[in-house]
Amino acid sequence: MATESEEIDRYISREYEHGFVTDIEQDTFPPGLDESVVRAISAKKNEPEFMLEWRLEAFKIWQQMDVPEWAHVHYPDIDFNSISYFSSPKADSDKPQSLADVDPELLETYEKLGIPLHERAALAGVAVDAVFDSVSVATTFKDKLAEVGVIFCPLSEAVHDHPELVKKYLGSVVPLADNFYSALNAAVFSDGSFVYIPKGVRCPMELSTYFRINALNTGQFERTLIIADEGSHVSYLEGCTAPMRDENQLHAAVVELVAMDDAQIKYSTVQNWYPGDKDGKGGIYNFVTKRGDCRGERSKISWTQVETGSAITWKYPSVVLTGDNSVGEFYSVALTNNYQQADTGSKMVHIGKNSRSTIISKGISAGKAENAYRGLVKMLRGANGARNYTQCDSLLIGSQCGAHTFPYVEVQEPTAQVEHEATTSKIGDDQLFYCRQRGIAEEEAVSMIVNGFCKEVFTELPMEFAVEVQRLLGVSLEGSVG
Amino acid sequence: MLIVKDLKVEVEGKSILKGLTMEVGAGEVHAIMGPNGSGKSTLSHVLSGREGYEVVGGSITLDGEDLLALSPEERAWKGLFLGFQYPVAIPGLNSSVFMREAVNAQRRSRGENEYDAMDFLAIAREKMKLLKMDESFMTRAVNDGFSGGEKKRNEIYQMALLEPRLAILDEIDSGLDIDALRVVSDGINKLRSADRSLIMVTHYQRLLDYVVPDYVHVLSGGEIVRSGGRELALELESSGYGWLEKEPAAV
Ligand SMILES: Nc1ncnc2c1ncn2[C@@H]1O[C@H](COP(=O)(O)OP(=O)(O)O)[C@@H](O)[C@H]1O
Ligand SMILES: [Mg+2]
Repeated sequence: MATESEEIDRYISREYEHGFVTDIEQDTFPPGLDESVVRAISAKKNEPEFMLEWRLEAFKIWQQMDVPEWAHVHYPDIDFNSISYFSSPKADSDKPQSLADVDPELLETYEKLGIPLHERAALAGVAVDAVFDSVSVATTFKDKLAEVGVIFCPLSEAVHDHPELVKKYLGSVVPLADNFYSALNAAVFSDGSFVYIPKGVRCPMELSTYFRINALNTGQFERTLIIADEGSHVSYLEGCTAPMRDENQLHAAVVELVAMDDAQIKYSTVQNWYPGDKDGKGGIYNFVTKRGDCRGERSKISWTQVETGSAITWKYPSVVLTGDNSVGEFYSVALTNNYQQADTGSKMVHIGKNSRSTIISKGISAGKAENAYRGLVKMLRGANGARNYTQCDSLLIGSQCGAHTFPYVEVQEPTAQVEHEATTSKIGDDQLFYCRQRGIAEEEAVSMIVNGFCKEVFTELPMEFAVEVQRLLGVSLEGSVG
Repeated sequence: MLIVKDLKVEVEGKSILKGLTMEVGAGEVHAIMGPNGSGKSTLSHVLSGREGYEVVGGSITLDGEDLLALSPEERAWKGLFLGFQYPVAIPGLNSSVFMREAVNAQRRSRGENEYDAMDFLAIAREKMKLLKMDESFMTRAVNDGFSGGEKKRNEIYQMALLEPRLAILDEIDSGLDIDALRVVSDGINKLRSADRSLIMVTHYQRLLDYVVPDYVHVLSGGEIVRSGGRELALELESSGYGWLEKEPAAV
């Protein structure tokens, strides 16, 4: 039996693939955070006055807040003055104007990551926005999208080109005072993606942003805002990687989604930030606030996430079901290994009548990792006939890891229904032996069992990501017969 | 083909097999019978390389090659198949995906081309007919929510796909009603061939009415205490296993 666990250990401790550092000229602020830094970021981006004021207000609020301590994660106190709050690749002008202006080293980086920045990505039907450290470096297919009225650009650009939309929606889902990290983000965020889908438009291609942290000692604070106007549809993909560094790096992003009447937003994430080495050294602290507002009737927001990276993940993609008959979904796979810690889950807040939500969470822990599901389902008075179904499954690989489930339910509406199921299982020696007896080698067997466990979530992923995810989990069983 | 010599096995320090010797030639069908707890599953697991059993003496060779030096998957690649007494469920893992990977892993090991999804589907359909299995089976997860009979049928279906040279079927008859037993036995009989050896492990002689063995061995106290032909099984049926306890096992 010892040998079997050793083999599992070897399998689960494979090295991080994206751990290279790109050597390009960076323009980086010295570490530290005070009001002048917030002003400097705003000035750097040449922002209109309303943005500066918004940031300063957020900063004031943040200064009065305390670091949240309720999550099931442990890490030393972060010294917010030891972090640099802005870093961007140094280009001739402040920012590349087209792909041709992008530093070739940078393009190579994205190439290494397997992210198609070139127009040939058209074949794959994906429009890409790439955010390197704090700055959006390239957005593809803007013209093609503009033909149908879809706006897909860096948020820093939207602030100038579409200030009325930004003013109306920024912070309307995640208010400034929402939480410690979202307030920090509002004060210092550098860039991110902005999407607006006009009334009745089905976005003709998948939209995608790839985030890459490269610079040393830099925090990354991007902010994404997606607005789907009445009757529109959009599917958005997000991917993230970072180099291997011995120091921990902070990533505190905010994503806001707004869906109007009959609109649908599908937001998929494959998060593969550097998780630290096998002794728990280094890795990204991933403290993210993601929230969608089903503002309109019959609107629908789906979050699908596959979380395999980061030293610590603290993330609860949520949906506020404001509109009657609106639908919120959360499908999640969180894999933790070695000393990784994840505290993730979802919040579904039901306000609208007959609003429905589904939470499917799959936590996989290996090595000495800790994996917690934390979910809140809230049925406000007046949410007549609202329903939630929650299913949390945990899979343990080896005997030194942990899985925890913290479901919170608050029901103020007597006609609302809440259903919760939870299971914990272990990859059994009997399952592994069964596979191996049939000739499937151990590593492949573990992949197949894990993949089977995650199936309900993987089927929710767009094709473009499904492939990446299977590779990520070391799986090679596409094209299933059934 | 298979030679087991003076095999001694311990589980958690407890001696289970105490010097078991048997020989199985190509194309032969051997039955191993014995009361519960006599070590039948232990033998099946040791032959197929399951961890948790300590071989403290003796040897196992397949065509002269030391089986004990091989991992479970390597033994499978050599053509060894175990039909499990208790097949385990793997939720979410599609049965066809699983079996295609198993078949392809074995083909790869022999340097043969892998089957693509279409090739595999055609072969799988044919084998399913052999076991009178419903097509819907292909979309189900491995053994997940299967009835006892479905699980056993599935084991023989897998054997049909993998075409082993040596198949060990551990209590393939347990938990089957008479109709299911007939289907499973028919399947096994169709898979009998001159170059495929079979070891059928069973508690009851009933199975042997359907799949008639060439040799019958009685396992008791960790050893084979008697060997004979088909008639030994019938004798056991009439006298039961009780007599074993009265006869002192030869040391
Ligand atoms: N994993 C195990 N741990 C401890 N004892 C075991 C284990 N497996 C089998 N045994 C013991 O070994 C003996 C033989 O069991 P087994 O091979 O399953 O018998 P059979 O299949 O003939 O019923 C029994 O006494 C059983 O309790
Ligand atoms: Mg048994």
